[in-house]
Amino acid sequence: MAKYAVELKGVSKHFGPVVAVDTVSLSIGDGEFFSLLGPSGCGKTTTLRLIAGFELPTEGDVYIDGQLQGETPPYRRPVNTVFQNYALFPHMTVFQNVAFGLEMQKVSKEEIRQRVLAALEMVQLPGMENRKPAQLSGGQQQRVALARALVNHPKVLLLDEPLGALDLKLRKAMQLELKALQHRVGITFIYVTHDQEEALTMSERIAVMDRGQVLQVGTPEEIYEQPADRFVADFIGETNFLEGQVQERQAGEAEVVVDGVLTLYVPTPPLPPPTLGRMKGGGGNEAGGYCSHPAGENLPPPPAARPTSRAGSGAGSGLHRHRHALSGATHRQDHRDRASAER
Amino acid sequence: MAAQPRSRRETWRLLFLISPSLFWLVVFFLIPLIVVLAISFGQRGTYGGVRWDLTLENYARFFDPLYLRIFGRTLVIALTTTVICLLMGYPLAYFIATRPPRWRNTLLVLLMIPFWTNFLIRTYAWLLLLRDQGFVNAFWTGPLHAVFAQLALAVPLGIWEPFLQATSAPLTLFGTDGAIIIGLVYGWLPDMVLPCYAAVDRLDYSLVEAAQDLYANRLRSFLRVILPLTLSGIVAGSILVFIPSLGAYVTPDLLGGAKSIMIGNVIYSQFMSARDYPFGSAISFVLMAVMLVGTLIYFRLGRE
Repeated sequence: MAKYAVELKGVSKHFGPVVAVDTVSLSIGDGEFFSLLGPSGCGKTTTLRLIAGFELPTEGDVYIDGQLQGETPPYRRPVNTVFQNYALFPHMTVFQNVAFGLEMQKVSKEEIRQRVLAALEMVQLPGMENRKPAQLSGGQQQRVALARALVNHPKVLLLDEPLGALDLKLRKAMQLELKALQHRVGITFIYVTHDQEEALTMSERIAVMDRGQVLQVGTPEEIYEQPADRFVADFIGETNFLEGQVQERQAGEAEVVVDGVLTLYVPTPPLPPPTLGRMKGGGGNEAGGYCSHPAGENLPPPPAARPTSRAGSGAGSGLHRHRHALSGATHRQDHRDRASAER
Repeated sequence: MAAQPRSRRETWRLLFLISPSLFWLVVFFLIPLIVVLAISFGQRGTYGGVRWDLTLENYARFFDPLYLRIFGRTLVIALTTTVICLLMGYPLAYFIATRPPRWRNTLLVLLMIPFWTNFLIRTYAWLLLLRDQGFVNAFWTGPLHAVFAQLALAVPLGIWEPFLQATSAPLTLFGTDGAIIIGLVYGWLPDMVLPCYAAVDRLDYSLVEAAQDLYANRLRSFLRVILPLTLSGIVAGSILVFIPSLGAYVTPDLLGGAKSIMIGNVIYSQFMSARDYPFGSAISFVLMAVMLVGTLIYFRLGRE
């Protein structure tokens, strides 16, 4: 058993002059729920297709379960895909759709029957075997697509924005169902979405992508609390950006002055030589403001409580957005004073 | 799919709109059809007219072995033509449909250009190619024969003998069923390619990817997904080739010589030479009945 379920090493994909995927390296663990998150056109679907085998990399290597995939076609890779438009075979019944992969693997008829019916039970569609896809609702079709993929017990399940076509209520319900399913089945899920709430809700780790590059990989908390750059900070949550100047850098911390009146002390990871001067904030590297803070989730207290000027977090479920109050009442105007933290 | 016309006025308006087509169909199709049907029960008059002594004799006459044999050959030729058109046309359609959009239009135009030439002229062209003194045989007995002669001189072994023999005389291409089939395939190929192209174009390619994702190699994803979903195109194309091939008479007339005649030629000769309109009419109706049955069967098959 290899260390990682899926590994991408320096993978690039060019379509003529267009660079869809730019030197992406990822390591996805066994049994992990991993999401590729980003805006339209960022390369997340192409990355998924590179893993599935529908595209071959222009550069770099794709490994599944430790095996280099090279030019292996999709029908020889131990992965299955749930497509965005479900791609159910319209000329076959639900049963035949779900059984298709097993048939291709020459599984016996009795076993096929057993496994197909079990798969349909698992996605809560018992009794639908003899219907045709056209007779099903969107949500039902989506679950058939899921069953069709899972029945083959792949090492990795690839999901390409599977909930996109569903209404909000159903989508929320399916997010929880998928998460529970993944827990039960224990298969690695690689999930592509442009919906950050979806990714933050379901994933163990997320890779945020833009324009073909992976900008940050981390847990939802890490991405949320410590966005690696401006794009990530902007994309995730609702963010206020404060522009300031880095006055000083010490070990693990930078002193940033905003507008000459507010001093923030921002924890920074180890960096290449700092650049002084006017910089825009965004958290993480180069100082500055913070993203909105979700209340009600069990997040660790912010590192070195000092630098934040967050308004208090309240209890409550769901996301609760805070406006950063920089009122004179809460902070001293003297720029030498440290901003007081409020909780 | 329109809703039922609510008012009388709408009904009249609809009738008004379709009246030109209706007129054409009734006057130039339906009425002649009825006339032919009526004539088929009549008998040939002394000078070629119709004597109205109603009888079923004309239909009975058709079941003579002579005519049945011709009809049998017609069926075989039409079926062979359809199959060859399918084997050539479908891959071509698939190829064109899977090219980038820019190429597709160009390729389709290239396919259609020959068909802007008159059908008769194109068929004559085949005559020139296939006859004993035609282009193919000129090459066969000329340069090709010369090549083997040279090889025989250079490498004096007995193996060249059969080749030399074969290329010393012209091939009998013209005047055979084969020539008719070539002419028909050439004439009706676009009628197969275009419906197949439309069907392949309509295919959702993500279904093919889904099949491959589910462990079907290229052959099996073709047989299990692409073929069943493009079947409508195949059915349409086959009908569009089979029906005209059954009724062909110009092609067998030009390319078939005296011995290879099809039922279309028989009907033609009944009307033109023998002046036996009732018999010709009867054969026409039998032919139409066969076409109708064939089409119905094919539609049923296509729907499964």
